[in-house]
Amino acid sequence: MKLDDEGKSDQGQTTKIAHWLMALFPLILLVCLVGFIVWSEPGNTIRGDRFPVTRITFQSVDLSSDGIVVTVLNDGPDPVTIAQVQVDEAFWSFTSDSGQVLKHLGRATLTIPYPWVEGDAHVVRVVTSTGVTFDHEIAVAVETPRPGMRYFFAFTLIGVYVGVIPVAIGLLWFPLVSKLSRTGFDFLLALTIGLLLFLLVDTGHEGFEVALLLPESFQGVVLFVFGALGAFVSLEMLASWLRSKRRITSDDSHGSGWVMALMVAIGIGLHNFGEGLAIGAAFALGEAALGSVLIIGFTLHNTTEGLAILAPLARERIRAMDLIRLGLIGGIPTIGGAWLGGFVYSPVWSVLFLAIGAGAIAQVVLQISRQMVSAQPTSRYLANVPAIAGLFAGFGIMYVTGMFVG
Amino acid sequence: MKQLSRRSWLGLAGLSSFTGGSVLLSRQVASNRGQSSEGQLLTHVGGGMGTVGRVSTDQFNPAEFLRTWNFSNLAPTERSMFYRETPRADGSLLREYEIFSVDREIEIAPGIFFPAWTYNGQVPGPTMRATEGDRIRVKFVNQGSHPHTIHFHGWHPPAMDGSRPDQEVLPGESFVYEFDAEPFGVHLYHCHAAPLKRHIHKGLYGVFIVDPRDTERPPADELVMVMNSFDTNFDTENEVYAVNTVANFYLHEPIDVRVGRLIRVFLVNITEFDQLNSFHLHGMFFDVYRTGTRMISTEHTDTIMLCQGERAILETTFRYPGDYMFHAHQSEFAELGWMGLFKAQV
Repeated sequence: MKLDDEGKSDQGQTTKIAHWLMALFPLILLVCLVGFIVWSEPGNTIRGDRFPVTRITFQSVDLSSDGIVVTVLNDGPDPVTIAQVQVDEAFWSFTSDSGQVLKHLGRATLTIPYPWVEGDAHVVRVVTSTGVTFDHEIAVAVETPRPGMRYFFAFTLIGVYVGVIPVAIGLLWFPLVSKLSRTGFDFLLALTIGLLLFLLVDTGHEGFEVALLLPESFQGVVLFVFGALGAFVSLEMLASWLRSKRRITSDDSHGSGWVMALMVAIGIGLHNFGEGLAIGAAFALGEAALGSVLIIGFTLHNTTEGLAILAPLARERIRAMDLIRLGLIGGIPTIGGAWLGGFVYSPVWSVLFLAIGAGAIAQVVLQISRQMVSAQPTSRYLANVPAIAGLFAGFGIMYVTGMFVG
Repeated sequence: MKQLSRRSWLGLAGLSSFTGGSVLLSRQVASNRGQSSEGQLLTHVGGGMGTVGRVSTDQFNPAEFLRTWNFSNLAPTERSMFYRETPRADGSLLREYEIFSVDREIEIAPGIFFPAWTYNGQVPGPTMRATEGDRIRVKFVNQGSHPHTIHFHGWHPPAMDGSRPDQEVLPGESFVYEFDAEPFGVHLYHCHAAPLKRHIHKGLYGVFIVDPRDTERPPADELVMVMNSFDTNFDTENEVYAVNTVANFYLHEPIDVRVGRLIRVFLVNITEFDQLNSFHLHGMFFDVYRTGTRMISTEHTDTIMLCQGERAILETTFRYPGDYMFHAHQSEFAELGWMGLFKAQV
C-alpha cells in the first residue's frame, strides 16, 4: 500500500513537471517569435524607408509663476525627438527634465517660461525633429492649485456643496416618503430608477469621452468597460453578503430596504467620487472657467440623489443617525475625489473611477428594479401607470436640472 | 478646442461660490492672486522668447549666404565647376552656371529637419548675379525625385520660361536655359513644376541679381536676404519663418555692419501660403527701390511690405553703433523665427 502510494506520488510529480513544461513550451516559443520579429522587423518591407510614426499626448498642464509646465508622453511606436516648443505661434525656450528624445511610452516634463495671461486661452505646441506638431489648448488659463491649505479648503467646500449638502437636503424628505401609499411608493422607486439611469448614461458618456482622450496604449474604452463590470460584480457580491448578514442578525428594524438604501448610497458615493475627481481634474488640466449660477444647478441636480437613497427606506423604521450615515456615504466621497483630482490628476484614474461609478449605479438600478418587480412579471409591472410616470419624472427632473450645468 | 464638460464647469461653480458668489471666476482668482506673492512674480517671466539651441552650419551657413553670389564662397578650382565667366565681343560676359536639383534634409530651426528639395543642396539656392546685357547660360540637371524646372523672372523667350508641363525636366534629365540678363534689378528664380505651391515651399528658389550696365550703383556692403517659410507638418500653414531659411539665425549671430557705410539689402519674398511678408528695421529708415529696376528711390520708410515673389533693394547707413533688430512686422512671423539683429560697429 505504502509503496504504491509513493509510486503514485512519484508518478504525480512527473506529470506535474510535464504539465508545467506543456504550459511553458508555447510561451518559450512565443518569446522566440517576439525576438525574431524584433530582429527581422518584417513590417519594414511594407513600410519601405520606414518613416517614423510620431505620436505625443499631453498628460498634464501646470500653470504657475514659472510659466507653463507640460508633461508629454510618447505613445507612438517609434522614438520622438522634441525639437522646439511654440506657445501661441511663437517659438519659446523650454527645458526638459528627461532630455529631448522620448522612447515608446517615455515621458518628459517641459518647463516653458511663458508669461501666460490669466483668463486667456493659450496653445502649447510641441514641434518634433521631423516638423510634426502636437498641440494642447488651454481654454482658460488659471493658476494650477498647489496642495496648500487654501486649495485643500476650497476643494473640501466644493465637495460639501456638490456632494454632501444636496444629498442631505434630499434626505429631509424622509418623513413625507414614509407616509406614502403603495402607489406613491411605486412612483418614488420608479423616479429613483429614472434618476439613476440618467446618471448612468451621463457617467458613461463622460467616461467614454475621457477614455477617448487617453493615449491609445492605455486602451481607455476597454479600461472603462471592464472597470464598470468589475464594480458591478463586486457590488453584487457585497449586497448579497450584506443581505445574508442581516438575515443572521435578524434585526427587525433593518430589512432588505436598509441594505438596498446602503447599496444606493454606496453607488451614489462612488459616482460622486468620480464627479469630485473631474472637478479637481478641471483645475489640474488648466481648464477652469466661469459661472456661479452653475453651483445652484448642481445643488438642484444632486439633491435628487438624497431622494434616491431614501426611497428604499419608505417602508422601514429608521433612526436619524442611520439616515445621516447614509447621507455621508453618498456625499463625502465627492470631497476625496476633488482632492485626488486636483492634486494628483491622471486621466487614467479618471476613466477608472468614472467606470466604477457607472458600474455602481448600474448595480443599484438593478437592485431597485428587482425590488419593484418582485414576484410579478416585468411586463405587468411596466404597464403600471405610477411606475411609468415615476420613470419619466426621474428623467425629466435630471434633464431639466442638468441644463443648469450644461 | 476641447469642450469643457459639465463636470469641469461644476468645479468652477464650486470655487466661485466659495468665495462669495462672484459671477466671474477669473475676476475672483485675479483678486486672490493680488494677495499672493507668486502671482506678482508672474510678470517677470518672459525672457524665453525664441528657439532653443543652435543650428549646425556645416551644410548651409546663413552668415556666409548673405554676401555670396556666383559661388564666390568656393575656392577657385571648385568654383569653376559651377560658375565660369567668358568675355564676349561686345564687352559683356557669358556667365555659365551648373545648377542641379537634389532632395536633401535641411535644418531650419535647431533640431527641426525639413525634407527639402534644393538647388545645389541649399535653400535658398545659389545667388546668381550678372550685369545687364550679359548672356546667362544655366545647365540644369535634375537629380531629384520629381520633375523640376528653373523659372527665371526677367526678359526671356517663352522657350526658356521653365513653366509649361512640357518644359518640366524629369529626374535624371537636364536642360540648358539661355537668355540675356535683363532688366537690371533684383529678381528671383524658382521651380515652376506642378504643383507649384509644393515645389516652391519645399525650397526650390533663389535670387537672381542684375546690375545696371550704364550707371553703377554706389559701392556698398551688399546683403542678400530671402524671406522664406516652412510648413513642417504639411497643413498649408507655416510653422517656421525666417530670412535665409534658419529661424532666428541672425538673432544669435548678428550681421556685422559698419557705422557710416552704405548698406544695400537685396530683399526677396518667397514665403509660401501667406500672401504677404514684410521687413522692418528698428531705429532706422531706408530708401526703397522696388524690384530694383530704377535708380531713383520711390520710398523712404522703416517698414516695407512685399507680396509673394515681390522684391526690393533697400539702402541705408547706420548712424550709431549697437544692435539693431530687424524682423517681419507681422508679429506672428517674427515670433516664429523671422527676426534678427544687425550689429553696427565703428
